[in-house]
Amino acid sequence: MELTTVWFLIVGALLIGYFVLDGFDFGVGMALPLLGKDDTDRRVIINTIGPVWDLNETWLIVAGACLFAAFPEWYATMFSGFYLALLLILVALILRGVSFEYRHQGKGAQWTGWFDRFIFWGSLVPPLLWGTAFANLIHGVPIEPLEMGGWVYTGTLLTLLNPYSLLGGATVLLLCFTHGLVFIALKTEGDIRVRARALATKIGLVTLVAAAGFLVWTVLEHLGDENPLLVIVPAALAAVSLVSAIVLNLRAREGWAFTFNALTIAFALLTIFGALFPHLMVSSTDPAYSMPIAGAASSQKTLELMTWVAVFTLPLVLAYQAWTYWVFRKRISRTHIPSEEPAGAH
Amino acid sequence: MNEFLDALTLARWQFGLTTLYHFLFVPLTIGLALLVAILQSAWVATGKVKYLRLTKLYGKIFLINFAMGVVTGIVQEFQFGMNWSNYSRFVGDIFGAPLAMEGLIAFFFEATFIGLWIFGWDRLPKKIHLMTIWFVWIGSAASAYFILAANAFMQNPQGYVLNEERGRAELADIGAVLLNPVAITQFPHTIFASIMFAATVMVAVAAWHLARNQFVDEMRASLRFGLWANILAFLGVGLTGHSLGMVMTETQPMKMAAAEALYANATGADASFSIFSWGTPDGAHEIFSIRIPYLLSFLSDGTFSGTVEGINDLQAEYTEAFCGAGSTLLTCPSDGSFVPIVWVTYWAFRWMIGLGALATLVSVVGLWLTRKHREVPAWAWKVAVWTAPVPMIASLVGWIFTEMGRQPWIVFGVMTTESAVSPGVPGWAVLVSLIVFTIVYGGLAVVEFKLIVKAAQAGPPEVTATSEHGDGNDDDIDHRTLTTVY
Repeated sequence: MELTTVWFLIVGALLIGYFVLDGFDFGVGMALPLLGKDDTDRRVIINTIGPVWDLNETWLIVAGACLFAAFPEWYATMFSGFYLALLLILVALILRGVSFEYRHQGKGAQWTGWFDRFIFWGSLVPPLLWGTAFANLIHGVPIEPLEMGGWVYTGTLLTLLNPYSLLGGATVLLLCFTHGLVFIALKTEGDIRVRARALATKIGLVTLVAAAGFLVWTVLEHLGDENPLLVIVPAALAAVSLVSAIVLNLRAREGWAFTFNALTIAFALLTIFGALFPHLMVSSTDPAYSMPIAGAASSQKTLELMTWVAVFTLPLVLAYQAWTYWVFRKRISRTHIPSEEPAGAH
Repeated sequence: MNEFLDALTLARWQFGLTTLYHFLFVPLTIGLALLVAILQSAWVATGKVKYLRLTKLYGKIFLINFAMGVVTGIVQEFQFGMNWSNYSRFVGDIFGAPLAMEGLIAFFFEATFIGLWIFGWDRLPKKIHLMTIWFVWIGSAASAYFILAANAFMQNPQGYVLNEERGRAELADIGAVLLNPVAITQFPHTIFASIMFAATVMVAVAAWHLARNQFVDEMRASLRFGLWANILAFLGVGLTGHSLGMVMTETQPMKMAAAEALYANATGADASFSIFSWGTPDGAHEIFSIRIPYLLSFLSDGTFSGTVEGINDLQAEYTEAFCGAGSTLLTCPSDGSFVPIVWVTYWAFRWMIGLGALATLVSVVGLWLTRKHREVPAWAWKVAVWTAPVPMIASLVGWIFTEMGRQPWIVFGVMTTESAVSPGVPGWAVLVSLIVFTIVYGGLAVVEFKLIVKAAQAGPPEVTATSEHGDGNDDDIDHRTLTTVY
């Protein structure tokens, strides 16, 4: 296999890692105002992701840096083209991240209220916009080659908002929401656990409708591709996984429901990458202007070096991150939260 | 073009502001991680509760600060693609590699172990928990190395070849990129400066409490520790700064000339260093100055007889090399000038050195005043508290000097800053983003500052039996409150 294709897969794997892991963080944030009846409830919910949200978000930074190193043209064109959407994502991630740390450092309903709002919106905006952006990559955006080399995006923010991409955004948002609810059910004890499970079923069904629509639309658009199985197979697996996750959640098999939900997100992203292959961005201006994987990649030398680095580090990364999840494997309940805040914190 | 909507100018302002802002938090993270790791080691080794309480106090300040370092770091990575897409595509083949290595090798490691350290108090055995904070420090320092290696490529590009066909620079030798002499000298310089910064904050917190005669046992220990750490780190900053100056003279002579506002070549005694000078607004003519002969020669090459090239000679040399027939905006700036803004580099260089030395002078006097069985005058505590931001400002002006002194280049001798900006991004979009970041960052700075002051003034927390460690397999954890929760 060409090294450029290998790196397409590695960057894809890192992005899947990001959406599977930070995906439930986003869902937990979205669930905060719905499931958190009082402050103790809300602290239980936040603490389900307390030790891990930061390392989960690091997957985005690493995926971004690897995308930069392996496909500089893609990085340059997409990041400058989706400018305002990325600005919104950055602001959302900033406000969400500091809120986890700042929320419990102050007192009073007004203080925590502000940070609860930041966590909610900061968790809702990124998956919605990432989903919209990824859907646009395969649906086609106005890009054209530059004389000096490279590509340039010639549209605006509004170009990115079309029915297909918005359905993609809604699908990713709902997938993350369901993922977070199942995660809360898996990580808590008592009343919250029961309520999270019940809500996960309802949101899961809504997700199923949106995801089915998006996947069918995507498959229909790509039936004429050279190899349509690259889209059809992962799309079908995503649908089966999501149905399984909903059924398992109904039967209170929380661990399995979470696993199948994670698989749903992975297969949904694989559908997008399958539809994208062998391109990185599809041009709506002229199909000939689309950005091919090989034409946007770094030199063979850089890719070889990066392959060695990835081969040696990624297994280690997976090992110590797995250990973290093992250390924090216990469920969290109201008894763990100190009643007098924030004296016991840290 | 409307001056207020010039994408290049706005993108430069945004990079400057967001980078300096990011660098308020990073050095405190790197420095405090080390000092907290040492305090926690002291507790594990001696069992003295005062060290545990200090670990918890400075650990809390470390955490308030850490979150900001992480979230502002994402902006740093993204804006290369957003505002500087021509730069990203032209050098991504080389510049991306150290960034990706930073993520895979260092940042994952740091982010994972910081979660384990924060929330591991209840769950990990004592020594494993101690290991996690040391890993956080190692990860943050390694992270700094890769970022500085990437920056060193911009200061002193090596290990690359130009690929005419693809119209970009490509990696030729990763060893040359990672072992760039600028990176090798810049790294210890930055780490020592970070320790100075953290140590000064520690001294300020201790002085505030000692002035009020509270937590005396803990705060005396942290005061003396902080003072010594500051002085030792300053020695490191000075020595590495001197090496860095010599490397800079060799690799970027224009930056050294601009640091001294030296317009004509000077040798030996004439290569003097002015502590203060007053000149015409453009800095080209001097009216009054206080000078130390030979010092510039020593700073530049370590001897008293060296020749330092002047701005005018370098300008002529560069014009010939980079603005010849067939040259483009890539290497020849549109105004033809290779001179950075001299008053900025001149004063930034002096403020960096002066403020660093000032903070250390305070530490030396502080060590003398606070030696055993002495009554410490009240003003000394006030000076110690107000010295807290001094090394921080020194660090910031140091970066202003490094980056402004490189102009008009984004990669010295390879690519000008004006050719690096994103071609498809309109000025108003950059303006919107600049305004949004200014508002968000400004608001968060106020909250962050208040929280740190509050945590510092609360003093070292009481430690109870539950702040002791779990044995790694504790079943009772289900039935009690946790000491570390959000």
